[in-house]
Amino acid sequence: MIVTQDLSKKFNDFQALDGVNLEVSAGEVLALLGPNGAGKTTTVRILTSILRPSRGWAKVAGYDVVTQDRKVRSNVGLLTEHHGLYNRMPTGEYLDFFGQIYGMGPEERQHRVEKLLNDFNLSDETKRRIGEFSKGMRQKLALARALLHDPPVLLLDEPTSAMDPKSAKLVRDSIKDLRSDKRAVMICTHNLAEAEELADRIAIIRRGKIIANGSPSALKDEMLGLPIFEVRLKENLDGRNPEMPRGIDVIEFGSDWLQYKTDHPKEINPAVLEKLVNQDYKVVSLQEVPRSLEQVYLQAVSGGEEDNHVE
Amino acid sequence: MLNNFRPAWWVLRREVRDQFRDWRITIPIMLLTMVFPFIMNYMADEVVGFVAQYGATLISERLIPFFLLIVGFFPISISLVIALESFVGEKERGSIEPLLASPLTDWQLYLGKLVAVMVPPMIGSYLGMGIYLYGAYREFRWTAEPELLALILVLTLVQAFVMVSGAVVISTQATTVRAANLLASFIIIPIAFLIQAESIVMFWGTYQTLWLVVFGLVIIAVLLTRTGISHFNREELLGRDLDILNLRWMWQVFKSQFIGEADSVRSWYKIELKGTLRKLRVPFVLVMGMFIAAGLFGNNLASEYVIPPELIDFSDSESMLGQLDIIAILPANTFLFIWLHNIRAITLGTLLGMFTFGIFGIIALMIPIGLLAYFMVPAVAAGIPAWEYWVGFVAPHGIFEIPAMLLAGATILKIGAGLAAPNTDESIGEGLLRSLADWAKIMVGLILPLLLAAAIMEVKVTLPVAIRLLTK
Repeated sequence: MIVTQDLSKKFNDFQALDGVNLEVSAGEVLALLGPNGAGKTTTVRILTSILRPSRGWAKVAGYDVVTQDRKVRSNVGLLTEHHGLYNRMPTGEYLDFFGQIYGMGPEERQHRVEKLLNDFNLSDETKRRIGEFSKGMRQKLALARALLHDPPVLLLDEPTSAMDPKSAKLVRDSIKDLRSDKRAVMICTHNLAEAEELADRIAIIRRGKIIANGSPSALKDEMLGLPIFEVRLKENLDGRNPEMPRGIDVIEFGSDWLQYKTDHPKEINPAVLEKLVNQDYKVVSLQEVPRSLEQVYLQAVSGGEEDNHVE
Repeated sequence: MLNNFRPAWWVLRREVRDQFRDWRITIPIMLLTMVFPFIMNYMADEVVGFVAQYGATLISERLIPFFLLIVGFFPISISLVIALESFVGEKERGSIEPLLASPLTDWQLYLGKLVAVMVPPMIGSYLGMGIYLYGAYREFRWTAEPELLALILVLTLVQAFVMVSGAVVISTQATTVRAANLLASFIIIPIAFLIQAESIVMFWGTYQTLWLVVFGLVIIAVLLTRTGISHFNREELLGRDLDILNLRWMWQVFKSQFIGEADSVRSWYKIELKGTLRKLRVPFVLVMGMFIAAGLFGNNLASEYVIPPELIDFSDSESMLGQLDIIAILPANTFLFIWLHNIRAITLGTLLGMFTFGIFGIIALMIPIGLLAYFMVPAVAAGIPAWEYWVGFVAPHGIFEIPAMLLAGATILKIGAGLAAPNTDESIGEGLLRSLADWAKIMVGLILPLLLAAAIMEVKVTLPVAIRLLTK
């Protein structure tokens, strides 16, 4: 649904995007992570045929973003970073206006507007002016606008930025409901928890370049190494170093716990437990040490910074 | 075909509805529409009564239609504010991005917005004029002649069109309403001068001239619209977020265009200057045409505005020439002075051309040709043959100066054309920088040496020849 190849954009002497390669299939949600000014919004604007790439190409829903720009825009739903609503307009009139410019007929418009307002719990607000809405309601309305023409590609730029936790959860729940086999979704955010919650795959962009791309677990393995497991024991170790199965080393230990790494937990974890029990240790728990996406992100981003320092 | 205009109509309808919901727009328009005409009626009544005491009825006859023009102008002045708000305001608030991400084409969005920002002020303007006309009829039985009324209605519409199309051009270059308001001086100041000029013409009573003003304004509006459409595109509107003056980038663009691929002065002349000259072929031909037209125009003026023969007397040429230094026509007779003067004239013409799509820059350069053609007629009348006038007084330095002036005119025209019909692959700023670099190339490579040669010839050859011819 979304394919980019060597996508690059230069504004005067500023290289905003530099050789971005991305692919998002139907039914997939990709989160594009990156610091401010990394190139997320520029990517979205190119994918909606608002900006033209300086180099490379992109296809959205099978259409070229440069030569088939109107087709691209007809097949993309965009939630912009700033919701961009008209405050003096009533909700129903607002959505009806966008339905018109997306070429929908009166009956189709009425049906879609009613359905979306109902889906987003805004059906009682049809005649209310948008300026009177809370931030969460506005964002939901902006999402309804993006979905009005039922696009196969959905681009969400900072969908929950500057929102209170309750409103953000409302919007996140709405995005989860948008998952469909026929739709590709790309979310640009710097909210890592949100990305992990919503996305199948994560791409990290920094200074216009994709520096990491994969599923959250694959990225964690790639950036942070093998999963770490922690065993908690009933008694103190008192400086003793328990014997572990062959090939497994304790990487860290405390008074009543120890940690080891393995990429085969199904085989290794039972063996570790058996070995410890055979040594008369009483095991309280064995669990994987949580590895957050934040660690992955910081690792990826700081890696780039170190590279730059070297340069 | 009609289906293509439908999206523009939806944009227009939404914009107009939105404006009528905004009290900051409706209240000023209503006040100017409903209250201001009564104030003008009262003023007109007072003035008519006052001047009638002294029998100066002509003043009141000219003042009443002038007030009508002003009554119509005040509400349309708001169109400028609405335009800036509609174009830059939407950009600043981010509400333009969902529109740009929709299947609307650039021109549909442009047209919808352009007409929308003119509708409420125009309604206010025409309503206000109606109220004023009704008041004028009731108070002193004055009715406007059909031609005058049509003229004022059209003039008001065209003025609104110029302001709005100018505001769109400004909007494409500003990212905030504040910046756009500052840039709006480039519209407000010329329009203020225009109103003053129109008032003079109205008191003069030559309505034919005002139709020419309408014609001129239509041309300017079309050029501004052309520029606006070129720059009201997605790339320009959202391609930059900050109004930062990037001097380094500006210098690099200018330098790369100026030097190009040349690695020596010789290759610069051979490759770069030649390439730029090739680009100037069409403007050069156009300027040549204007050159001939200016000559003919000056010649025609000479038969219309004849210098009385008694004022042309070369019998005492020697004493007349002796006074030239005193009256400072040729202060020091130095070629440096003449050279610098000509450089200054071309630079000012270029600056003037940059703000008027090249038009006034070209006019400024053509004035000397018109004057030469004009003075040829009385010179011939005074006994100097036409060939002698051109060969003796013009040709020695003109052989260098006229090509320099034609080249300068062509570069000015190219700058103006670049602003009116810019290259869509670059921003207005980049296009202007490249045009200025081309101008500088021609200036440094050809015009300055030609003008220097012309100045030397003027001092060393033209002046002695002219003196000899006048004193023979």
